[in-house]
Amino acid sequence: MRKDAIREGWKGTAYAWPMGLWFTLFFTVPLGIIILYSFLKRGLYGGVEWKFSLTAYHQMCNPSFAKVLFRTLWISIVATFFCMALALPTGYAMAKSKHQTFLLFMIIIPFWTNSLIRIYAWISLLSTEGFLNNVLLKLHLISQPLHMIYNNGSVILVLIYMYLPFAILPLFTTIDKFDFSLIDAARDLGATKPQSMFLVLLPNIKSGITTSLIFTFIPIFGEYTVPLLVGGKESTMIGNIIVDQVSKTRNWPLASAFSMVLTVLSLIGVFWMLATGRKEKVSQSKKVVTSQSELEDSVEEHHKTQLGGGK
Amino acid sequence: MNYHPYTNKKHFSFSTLMLCLVIIFLFIPLFVVVLFSFNSAKGMEWQGASVVWYEKLFLGSQPLWRAFENSVIIALTSSLTATLLGTLASIGIKWYRFKGKTYITAISYLPMVLPEVIIGVSMLIFFSAVHLNLGMVTIFIAHTTFELPFAFMMVSARLDEFDYSTIEAAHDLGANEVQTLMKVTIPSLMPGILSAFLMCVTMSLEDFVITFFVSGPGSGTLPIYVYSQIRYGVSPVINALSFVMILGTMLLAFAFRRFLKSVAASG
Repeated sequence: MRKDAIREGWKGTAYAWPMGLWFTLFFTVPLGIIILYSFLKRGLYGGVEWKFSLTAYHQMCNPSFAKVLFRTLWISIVATFFCMALALPTGYAMAKSKHQTFLLFMIIIPFWTNSLIRIYAWISLLSTEGFLNNVLLKLHLISQPLHMIYNNGSVILVLIYMYLPFAILPLFTTIDKFDFSLIDAARDLGATKPQSMFLVLLPNIKSGITTSLIFTFIPIFGEYTVPLLVGGKESTMIGNIIVDQVSKTRNWPLASAFSMVLTVLSLIGVFWMLATGRKEKVSQSKKVVTSQSELEDSVEEHHKTQLGGGK
Repeated sequence: MNYHPYTNKKHFSFSTLMLCLVIIFLFIPLFVVVLFSFNSAKGMEWQGASVVWYEKLFLGSQPLWRAFENSVIIALTSSLTATLLGTLASIGIKWYRFKGKTYITAISYLPMVLPEVIIGVSMLIFFSAVHLNLGMVTIFIAHTTFELPFAFMMVSARLDEFDYSTIEAAHDLGANEVQTLMKVTIPSLMPGILSAFLMCVTMSLEDFVITFFVSGPGSGTLPIYVYSQIRYGVSPVINALSFVMILGTMLLAFAFRRFLKSVAASG
């Protein structure tokens, strides 16, 4: 912290607390209500009864919900894996390119296009009377339309499409900072190309990889729209259960309990991300983070890496 | 720039190939939708070019334009509020010490990382707990809340490059706090404030999940309308709307060009 930054406290309060109050009222309090509700009894017609109960958490262990949790987990892992596998070489090629602004433009246009429009585009590609089936029928490659939509495969495909830019942008910013002469050095010392990639590049862009992983995995895990619109009966994910419990079954304690699981999981992910970023910073600068402000800097740096994107 | 014998090879490398494939993958669905918005028939079989769906879109879709109007009102009001609160807060956090600073800093990151469903559910339950009827007001509150972290972060980034001695000079020359804020601080932060505002507008126009929870009957935004249309299959008017929205996105991205360049430059 700079010395001249220590100034009259009332000014800081006047500047920052309007936002602080907004967040307290419309973020902290609602989150607190959810935590509270998850430990209460379900009301007869929606809402809650003010009695302590762990029923909601017991209900979560119900085999049909456990199945959905498990499915959400594997779909998220598979989709995140493909996002990362595509994003790593893409981010690398972008960082090496001379047309970075143009390429960023190309990644950001689909990324900023309304998510429902993008999902809709896939529906019109994949559905039974869709574009792909029409083309394949015309070319006489198939005689019957293929069922390419409303299954787990289409959910994973569309999830990859939706979240690929989330994976690419942080990786691009990190790889762009990487000192490419290190690869030349490794090659001079006899490393093969894959060796120089896996042993030199990857360890140096760990923080970007973690950021990409978190910003891909967490929103996919909480995804609601994609399984609803391109998934089948057996593609329900945890987000769909939460919405159903809120709006259809009106079991608010159970919806709250599921939300708690998602929240805790997201927080674990974020702390993990901050921890890797800090470790990397420490090892790079060969010194220990000594003050609050340095910690804040490393947090800020992480958030800057995703400046290029929206949510 | 130094010459790197191994990494600057001219030939078409694996990573460049992947980059091209990814860009094709990202654009194919959009391209097909735009192409079929000019189809004269309803289905996904090409029957000849026409602009009949654009006529329908611009002349015969009252509910759509009603939803669009809602979207614009919400986007402008919530972005204005979020940018204002975020700008003031970034000044307070950057330059002053006060009670609750750590709390505000920490809480400003959280809404960015939680899944949207959580924010939607917690808002819905909160609004029903305080007996606030769902409608434009609740959408405005929800949108301001999820935009605020990004506005705060983007103005803070701009503030990092700001020289505090300018403020001291203004004070020495007799400007009071409000004069300094209006005549010195805000004008020099303007590029950051503008890109924060644009970012908020984009996010607000795009949001579906959170709005879905907090919108009441008649207060639906454009994404809510699109959702109600695509739930039951392909509609060519939505194809036409898609093209208009993709064009809008490109215009916004173009307005952001300077910002993109700074991302590419600073990395």
